[in-house]
Amino acid sequence: MSAVEAAGTRGGVGPILSVRDLHVSYETREGPVPAVRGISFDLGPGETLGIAGESGCGKSSMAAAVLRLLPPEAVVSGEVRLDGEDVFAMTPGRLRAVRWTEAAIIFQGAMHALNPVWKVKHQIGEAIELHDPKAAGKTRARVDELLEQVGLPARRAEAYPHQLSGGQRQRVMIAMALACRPRLLIADEPTTALDVMVQAQVLALLAELQTDLGLAMVFITHDLSVLTSCCRELAIMYAGRIVERGPSHQVFVDPRHPYTRALAAAFPTVGDPRFRKAPLGLPGDPPDPRARPDGCPFTPRCPDAQSECSAEEPNLRVAGPGREAACVLVGRTR
Amino acid sequence: MSARYVARRVFAALLSLIFVLTLNFFLFRVVKSDPVGSLFRGRNVSPEAKARLRTEFGLDKSLPAQFTAYMGQTLRGNLGVSYATRRSVGSEILDKLGPTLVLVGISTLLSAAIGVLMGIKAAWQRNSSFDRGSTAASMLTYAAPDFYIGILLLAIFAFWLRWLPTGGIENPDGGGLFDQAKHLILPCVTLTLGYFGEYAIIMRSSLLEVVNEDYLVTARAKGLRDALVRRRHAVPNAVLPVVTLFAINLGFVLSGSIAVETVFSWPGLGLATSDALRGPDYPMLQGLFLVFSGAIILTNLATDLIYGHLDPRVSTS
Amino acid sequence: MTSATVPGRGSITWTRRRRAAAAVWKQYWSSTQGRAGLIILILFFGVALAAPLISPSSGLDVTQADGPILHAPTAGYPMGTDEFGRSIWTLFIWGSRVSLAVGIAATVVAVGIGTVVGVVAGYAGGRTEGGLMRVTEWFLVIPFLPLAIVLASVLSRSLFTIVLVIGITSWPGIARLLRSQVISVKERTFVERARALGAGNSRIIGRHILPSVMPLIFANLTLTVPIAILSESTLAFLGLGDPLRVSWGQTLQASFDAGATSLGAWWYYIFPGFGIIFVVLAFTMCGRALEAVLNPRLRDR
Repeated sequence: MSAVEAAGTRGGVGPILSVRDLHVSYETREGPVPAVRGISFDLGPGETLGIAGESGCGKSSMAAAVLRLLPPEAVVSGEVRLDGEDVFAMTPGRLRAVRWTEAAIIFQGAMHALNPVWKVKHQIGEAIELHDPKAAGKTRARVDELLEQVGLPARRAEAYPHQLSGGQRQRVMIAMALACRPRLLIADEPTTALDVMVQAQVLALLAELQTDLGLAMVFITHDLSVLTSCCRELAIMYAGRIVERGPSHQVFVDPRHPYTRALAAAFPTVGDPRFRKAPLGLPGDPPDPRARPDGCPFTPRCPDAQSECSAEEPNLRVAGPGREAACVLVGRTR
Repeated sequence: MSARYVARRVFAALLSLIFVLTLNFFLFRVVKSDPVGSLFRGRNVSPEAKARLRTEFGLDKSLPAQFTAYMGQTLRGNLGVSYATRRSVGSEILDKLGPTLVLVGISTLLSAAIGVLMGIKAAWQRNSSFDRGSTAASMLTYAAPDFYIGILLLAIFAFWLRWLPTGGIENPDGGGLFDQAKHLILPCVTLTLGYFGEYAIIMRSSLLEVVNEDYLVTARAKGLRDALVRRRHAVPNAVLPVVTLFAINLGFVLSGSIAVETVFSWPGLGLATSDALRGPDYPMLQGLFLVFSGAIILTNLATDLIYGHLDPRVSTS
Repeated sequence: MTSATVPGRGSITWTRRRRAAAAVWKQYWSSTQGRAGLIILILFFGVALAAPLISPSSGLDVTQADGPILHAPTAGYPMGTDEFGRSIWTLFIWGSRVSLAVGIAATVVAVGIGTVVGVVAGYAGGRTEGGLMRVTEWFLVIPFLPLAIVLASVLSRSLFTIVLVIGITSWPGIARLLRSQVISVKERTFVERARALGAGNSRIIGRHILPSVMPLIFANLTLTVPIAILSESTLAFLGLGDPLRVSWGQTLQASFDAGATSLGAWWYYIFPGFGIIFVVLAFTMCGRALEAVLNPRLRDR
């Protein structure tokens, strides 16, 4: 167990989410395509972890893997423990009981994550009544309560998803996710399709709920600047692996991995003097998971690539107190 | 469903009805040959008798006068008199309506039910032997004309195996409900076989598209069993194109009944149509065209309203 | 800027289009459905075109028929004979010419009208589009066979009438499809660019919009022909076909009227009927394979 992982676990109370060497690959006609290649992390109760990376780096696959929501052609190995319980060893019945009550997930693009032909109240109500059949009479009251919690007027419960704005739909998804009072919330790109103003509102809402309800949260996005405000810890993913990890503000301001550096520069914080200069774009594309060359996958786009980078893929090494990065340059003076 | 949606649909249906009425009138006036003359082909009839018949059928007035007379009569339910039987077209149609309603009604429901269920199973067991078999069966029955399926079934089950009657609605010296049901089997199976295939294919592809939607993952994430995910979330969305297909198919099944009733001598509107062709008995054809088109317009309206109820995206603005 | 000052610009577009067509062909040929369908069609078309060489048309003449009446297939008469003693094999191959020709001609009419209406409606927009689409909807509502029967009974009974009737009843579906396709193409940037460069409407339609919707038109063609063939056979069966021409539907009508089913003369209705089935199946298979190539989403079906 690394230093970071040890620091993450509260003494006595185990981590609410524990991931060990998670691998996810998809079976295609051309053979297995790896999406997640060995991810490990712990999340204590009430803690927040941000996961950043470009599209295709495997973050959504990782999120889905936690509750075993991957499609049938996915091959999963490793270990995921929810509050100490092995998720992959659960019986289907236990898994269904645990879903939504222990951990809930908010998807990206809530336009398609809500059923278009059901009213909001029925979609939220379904979650409530599924896990507590005795609540039948009090469902509507609870739905109103949840909507209020996310800042929506109760009459929105009568609406269909297409009648709501993007921000409102996302709030509905959040309300629905909280319906069974989970201890862990996984938010997969919850603000991606929203415009900047609404994004800020939804982020503020999530931060507020997180502190009020003591939720542990995993926040997945490709926009690094968003994570620094709501997550205590940050992990950067590239080509299926974590390439840097540490306290979010430090990682953002003083990145140790060239990729993190490029990612941070691509999403400047407005008003911060460091970003006065024109942001550097990230040239090139992420590697095709079907045909990855040997060595560090970031080599072709890395401004500091060394000759040894294409030989062997570096593992995470300590880059400071509570910090890790998977780069050969860690520890060397530049 | 908003009142605006309903009003718009009803208005469109009325316009279509008026268009059909107008078309109906003008199509038959394109006939240049003298309809009265054709009734007495080969026989010698006095010119006075012909003139009397012409007046009887109202063929001596000017075109606009005929049109107004036609509209007025039709809206009052008077569809004219059959050239062949001299009874009113309206009563002829009413006599033959029952058998067609039974045949078309049962076949439509059966083909939709069988097709949809097959499509669901095929989609859920994609690329299995059931899936491939069902697609092959759908394509094969689609490729055969309805009347041909009827001829084949007739040849096999009525003439070769002698299990079922060869035509008509009942045994002349027998009769009764059970006998009529036996006579219904072959024409009904024919129409059902002709149309189940499209339902199966459309339901299957619609379900396959829906299966990739995110809201199904949300449903599973909430802790729902697969069967419930399918039944509550996938099928209500996937079934929408099928409802549209149902409306489209009604026109085809109704049309198909013409040829199928002819093959089996089933005494309905379809057989009446092919009989009227032999005259040609123009008032009957006009009346039948009106009834067929009117039925389609009405069922389309009903389907639109049902669809509006099932898919809120369409009916709420 | 005229095209003369940009050397070879036209040829670049055509090289690109030719390469795209070659890729489409290669992909099409890789599908078993597409291959099988095309081979079956080539066979049937070959037989239809070669009819005069295989069997003289005098075989269709009732007065010259000298074969045994309603005889099962033998060496001399591979598909048996009808109630006049004519060889059904002759009826079959000559009938295929009519069935195929009417199917294709009617499709051309339907696609022609449908394309014009659909493209104009989609491109013009506004009230023109509204008016055209309303007319289209009216024609869509009218059930095909009753309208076809009315038209065929009112006009004279000839092949031309049949082609017209099927064409008139089939164009609305195509018009609707093309209109939505044209609308989506119209919004694309290359059309805006062309307009900014000063291209007139007919140029935009001819050079940009039509080539984009051409694949859709083509896929629709292959799926409309079988419908036309089925319609022709049904109309012929009901006695509305050209009484002087033999087609598969007409042969089936003759077999039914002669009581072939009750007499056990299976050859009379099996061969023409399965001719229809095979041709329609072949067209459908080609159409599906083509659709899968042009719309990659459908490929993993």
